[in-house]
Order: sequence, then C-alpha cells, then structure tokens
Amino acid sequence: MTAIDPDTLSREERRARLFTRINKADGWFQVLGLAWMTPVLKALAGDNPKAQLKDIWQLLGVPLLAIGLFLIAWGALAPKVQTSLGAVPGPAEVWEQVGNLHADAVREGEKEEAFYARQDTRNAKFIADGQPERVKERAYTGKPTYYDQIGTSIVTVFFGFLIASVVAIPLGIAAGLSKTANAALNPLIQIFKPVSPLAWLPIVTMIVSAVYATNDGLFSKSFLISAITVTLCSLWPTLINTALGVASIDKDLVSVSRVLKMGTWTKITKLVLPSALPLIFTGLRLSLGVGWMVLIAAEMLAQNPGLGKFVWDEFQNGSSQSLAKIMVAVFTIGIIGFLLDRVMFALQSMFTFSNNR
Amino acid sequence: MMTKLTALALASTCLFTLPASAYLELEKDELTFGFIKLTDMAPLAVAYEQGYFEDEGLFVTLEAQANWKVLLDGVIGGQLDGAHMLAGQPLAATIGYGTEAHIITPFSMDLNGNGITVSNEIWEQMKPNIPTMEDGRPQHPISAAALAPVVEDYKDQGIPFNMGMVFPVSTHNYELRYWLAAGGLEPGYYSPDDVSGQIGADVFLSVTPPPQMPATMEAGTIFGYCVGEPWNQQAVFKGIGVPVITDYQLWKNNPEKVFGINAAFAEENPNTTLAVTKALIRAAMWLDENDNANREEAVEILSRSEYVGADYDVIANSMTGTFEFEKGDVREIPDFNVFFRYNATYPFYSDAIWYLTQMRRWGQIAEPQTDEWFIETAKEVYKPAIYLEAARLLVDEGLADEADFPWDSDGFKAPTPSEDIIDGIAYDGRAPNAYLDSLPIGLKGQQIVVGSEIQG
Repeated sequence: MTAIDPDTLSREERRARLFTRINKADGWFQVLGLAWMTPVLKALAGDNPKAQLKDIWQLLGVPLLAIGLFLIAWGALAPKVQTSLGAVPGPAEVWEQVGNLHADAVREGEKEEAFYARQDTRNAKFIADGQPERVKERAYTGKPTYYDQIGTSIVTVFFGFLIASVVAIPLGIAAGLSKTANAALNPLIQIFKPVSPLAWLPIVTMIVSAVYATNDGLFSKSFLISAITVTLCSLWPTLINTALGVASIDKDLVSVSRVLKMGTWTKITKLVLPSALPLIFTGLRLSLGVGWMVLIAAEMLAQNPGLGKFVWDEFQNGSSQSLAKIMVAVFTIGIIGFLLDRVMFALQSMFTFSNNR
Repeated sequence: MMTKLTALALASTCLFTLPASAYLELEKDELTFGFIKLTDMAPLAVAYEQGYFEDEGLFVTLEAQANWKVLLDGVIGGQLDGAHMLAGQPLAATIGYGTEAHIITPFSMDLNGNGITVSNEIWEQMKPNIPTMEDGRPQHPISAAALAPVVEDYKDQGIPFNMGMVFPVSTHNYELRYWLAAGGLEPGYYSPDDVSGQIGADVFLSVTPPPQMPATMEAGTIFGYCVGEPWNQQAVFKGIGVPVITDYQLWKNNPEKVFGINAAFAEENPNTTLAVTKALIRAAMWLDENDNANREEAVEILSRSEYVGADYDVIANSMTGTFEFEKGDVREIPDFNVFFRYNATYPFYSDAIWYLTQMRRWGQIAEPQTDEWFIETAKEVYKPAIYLEAARLLVDEGLADEADFPWDSDGFKAPTPSEDIIDGIAYDGRAPNAYLDSLPIGLKGQQIVVGSEIQG
C-alpha cells in the first residue's frame, strides 16, 4: 500500500472533524448539565468504546442509580410513617398527583373557555338588542392553575432579582473602587445580610401598602411585596462578590489605566467590568438561588400568588391528597431552582473568557 | 335612586325575565371577595359556580385568606371588596375595638355550624364526669361542668389549661366562653390595657387560624378548641380529638357568619351591593331548597382545592345533617348548617346585639352602655333594608318566593326561649342590659375591669 486511499483519508478527516465538533459541543453540554452526552456521542462515533463506557458510567450511570436507590428507599420508608393526613405518600402517589394537577389545569382551561363563550353569547345578544354600550369584555376570574402559579413565581423572582442586580452591581463597583465607599457600605451589609425574609415581609407589606396606594396600577400589590422581599434578601451576594471582584483587579492593569489617563467611566467599562465579571456572575448566581428560596417563603407567609401560596393552601386544605401535592411542589421548586442556576451558568460562560468557572 | 325606582318600575312591568343585570346599572363589576376555608363560605362558592354572580353581571374573584386578621385588613384597605366575616368583625371594627373602620353587612350567611373539640387525652379524663344514656353513649348536650375537674387537676399540677379559638371577636370565642361559663369555669376577661382576654381565667384562650387547629392540638399547644366545620370532624377523622358539643346544642339556631363590606363601598356602589346581595340570597336558597337536596353537590364544590379543599367525606358529614362525636358516635343534627331556612340570611338587629352583649360581658367593651347604644350600634352595621330591596327584586323577577322573607320585621327576632340555650337563660335582644344581668359569670351593670380586678 503505497498510495493513500482517498476514501480512508476523507474518512479520517471526517472523523477528526466529527470529534472536533463533539469536543466543541462538550463545552455546551457541560453548561447545560448534559455532560454525559459527550462520551455517548464519542462512543457512537466509534472512539474506544471501553474508555467511553467508563465515562458514561461515571456521568450518567451513577446519578441514575442514585436516583433509583433514592426512589426505592423513599417508596419503602414512606408508608411506615403515619401522619394525621394518612401515610406519607410514596413516589407513586406523588406521580399520581402530578397527573391530577395537570387534569385540574385542563379542567380550569375548559371552564375558562366556557366563561368566554358565555360572555360572547351575552355580548352578541346585547348587540342584537341594540344595546352595544352594555357589551363588556372581562377577564376570567377562576382559580390559578398549577402552571399559572409556577409562572407567577418565576416572573416574580426575576423581577426581584433584576431590581437587586440594578442596585447591587453599581454599589459593589463603588465599594470595590473606593476605600471610603467600602467603609461606608460595609457595616450596612454586615447588619442586613443575615436578616430573614420573614422579618422583612411585614415591613415591606406596610410600606408598599402605604406608598403604592392605587389598586389598578401596573403591578399588583402582592406582586410588588413578594418581589421587593426577594430584592432585599438577594441583594447581598451580588454586592459582596462585585466589590470583591472589583477590588482584586490586577495592579498592573490599574497602573496601565493611570498611564493612559483613562477617565472613570472608561476605566469601569474597559477594565474593571471585564476583569470582575466572573466574580459578579458568581454573585448573581448565588443571588438568584437565594431569591428563589426566599420567594417561596414570602409567598407562603403573605399568601401572595405563586408556588408558596399553593403549598400553604394545600397544607391548610388538609385533604388526603394534600401531602402528595405538597411534595409535587417541593420537586417543582427544586427542579426550577436547578434550572435557574443553569441559566445563570450558561450566561456566565457566554460573557466570560476566563477558565476559573 | 332614580335609576333604582325606574328599575323597579321596569322590572314589575316586564313580562319576560331577562337576566337581572338588565336592570341594575353596576358601578363596579369586577370584584374580589375574601374567604376563610370553612364550610360556611358555601354561599360564595355556590354563587360563583352556579353562575349567580354572572347573572347579575358581576365578575367575581374568590380568594382564600390566611387568617381573619388578614381578611379584615383586606376589606378595610380595599384589596378586598367584601368578605365572608365573623359576625363580630363588622361590629368590633365599627365601634373601634381593634382596627377601626365602618363595615356594614346586608346579608347574614348562615346559622350554627361550629363545634367544640377536645383532645383524646382530655376526653378520656372528662368522660367519667359525663352521665351516659341507656346504650352507654354520653348524654348530650355535654356541659363544661364535666371539664371543670380536669381543669382543676391541671391547675394543681401547675399546667395552664389552653384552648384555641379563631379570633378575639369571633363567634367561636363567645361560644367557647359561653359554654365554659355555663359550666362554672372562668374564661377570663379583657381590659383596655390587657387584650389577652386571660384576666382571672381558669381556661386560657388564644387565637389559632381555623385550618391549623387540628395540627396545633396535635402538637399539644392547646387541649381543645372551638371552630367551624370541617375542622371538628377533621379531628375525628384524624383520630386526634373528640367534639363534645355543637353550637346548635349550645344555643339553637344561633347566627354565625355575615357578608361584610366597607360602608364607603356600599355608599359609592349601591347597585353593586344590591346585585351581590341578590346573588348571595339565590345561593343560600339553592343550598337549602327541597330539604337540602343540593347539599351533596355543594359538598363536591367545597371539597375542591380552591375552596375548602378538605376531603369530600369530612365536609359531607356535617353538611348533610349528621355529626360524628366520638369515632362511631354519629348523631342526627339536621340543622347543623342552615343557610336559608328560619330567615337565616336576614340581618337581624337582635343577632348583632347578642354579639355586642358578649363583648360587654367579657370586657371588650370596657364601659357600661345603655340599651339604646346597643340598638343604635346594631343599626349602624346591620342593613336589613338593602337585604329586603334585593329580595324584592328577586321576587319581582320570579326567582324567589314572597313568603320566604320577613317583610314586616322590625329587625328583632322573637326572644330565644330558655329551653333553646344550654344554661336555660333566655335571650331578648330588646333588653341587652337585663340579659347581661341575668348571666351568672361576666360583667354586669356598672362593672369594669381594673388591673386584674372587677370593680363596681
């Protein structure tokens, strides 16, 4: 074989290209929490199946096995604990409630359609009777479905988190750049950081009720109260990490900025932000996690719409299905918390170029 | 007023029935009403689910509230347009006990519906003091005298005997106090500087939201409680307690919840108030019609998670006319929940006056008051005129029966005879002070509470 087979070459090349692609995609899989996809794809592409199998076992097999064991242990132990609401539900009962909640949502959707159909009939009748001024378009007033509650909670947490970020990042930059600002902010941070959301809640409720007196504004009061409570509690990780990131900029870079006679604004945008970004994102990730946790507590206590209210209402219902429904909510809250964290992680890897994630 | 008159004229001349909203010019048609998860919120759920609100052109959102305080603040602050309330709440708010606000009620929601439950342990200790019937079951009604030795016992051991009720001005607070006092136990007094209600008490009463009652008793924080359904039957189902008496046995057909709205709201939205009252009257009629034929359907509605949410069987127990005391001791109490019969929905002044006498009896109203004051206060809060106007519209539309409403009432029920009340003391709403003087335990005449002493 002296001449190289063109077919082989192109196959080799194709393979190499394929692996480059897989390795590229690996970065994204890591971000999305799908790291196990890489060895699976590599194995499919025919790269040393044995080594890949080990990776697959590590990245996919072990977690699945752990989840399986957890479910078995839960299923075995749950019926042994008798509460006043019956036995603690096992995985099967919880799964059943997932179906129930979905069926409820579907039923509520049907009721909503019926409501609008009735409204249309009424309005058509008014027009036919020559009373067009009596035609009314009103929104449906039924109960929020489980999906509505999830949506409400997510919108609230992002709104609160947004306010927190808008407040915390500039303050953090100020504290990082100037020793004076840092000295001024530090005691406040130390005092307010450990305060529980449940302590803020009554204060926030009173202030919002007093200041935001209109009931027909852009936001409902309950939404603002929940969001501001989230803000007050999720502010601190971003603030502290931003200050830390800004304060620990390479001294050489600072010298360079002096040599170039940069203005403050340019200095912040060209130099401070890029180098502090990884830490700022770390802060934001922590903040969003804290915010999500706080929100559920705030909704529970203030009876504001959202997953927290769902949990509390079910607890108060005290029916034989309540515990299972609460567990569905627990898993929902956990999964959404995990997804929020992943979203932040993805954003972070899009915006930063450093390796220290 | 003009619109109302023309509306009436129109209504009576119309030969065909349009939906009622054809006549009432609504000032506000999107309303939010609050409620607490109790079976007696049924008129609200029924008016919504049966489309009675929609028939009036009202778009109502019903919101469960965390507790009575939050609900009251909601109505005062305007987040809620109206709510299922404890009868004492509009009265207390109007006289300025607690949060001051003028709240009125055009519609009384129901009669009876409460019970007093004790934990299994207390029940075992009470049982030897209760006379039994021939079949060995306890003889009813059970007097608090059976509880007195148990309380004495706890006192000797230095353990405070705690019981729960749902709100300082709740029917449950007054019923529990009435029952305890009728059995010779001191439930404690309120005074302007001590609003705990535990001055000189043998039994210490504290506030717990209704749905948390069973859990709080299970945790051992309280030994018993007085609450509305389904939270007494829930204790039986969970096997954590035993109801000892229902309020029907304590005082036959006593008034329970009211529908409260802000006086300013009623002033600004007279037609909306009428429309709401109409829808609620229709719901109450539906709940009681054909000898409670619709109760099972009502129970199904209430058992949905957005309303009461407890299991169907638990709610059905009392709503369908039976009540379970000890496990297996099921007795017939057909009138446990009354929503329309016996003029249950008409806001009688005499009902309001009974609540005011109880506030005076336990010191929430600290100073002595004249009979006229009691009657005037009742008239400030209870508005039978609105009720009758709404009823008249329904009769004219052919949706209600003329004979079902007390058109000529002066707002006072006939005095409750002594055999209808557990301690045999009759009640006449026209003579509140004489009634107060006839009760053995409680403030009378010129008495006031100073420090921990009763003076005068």
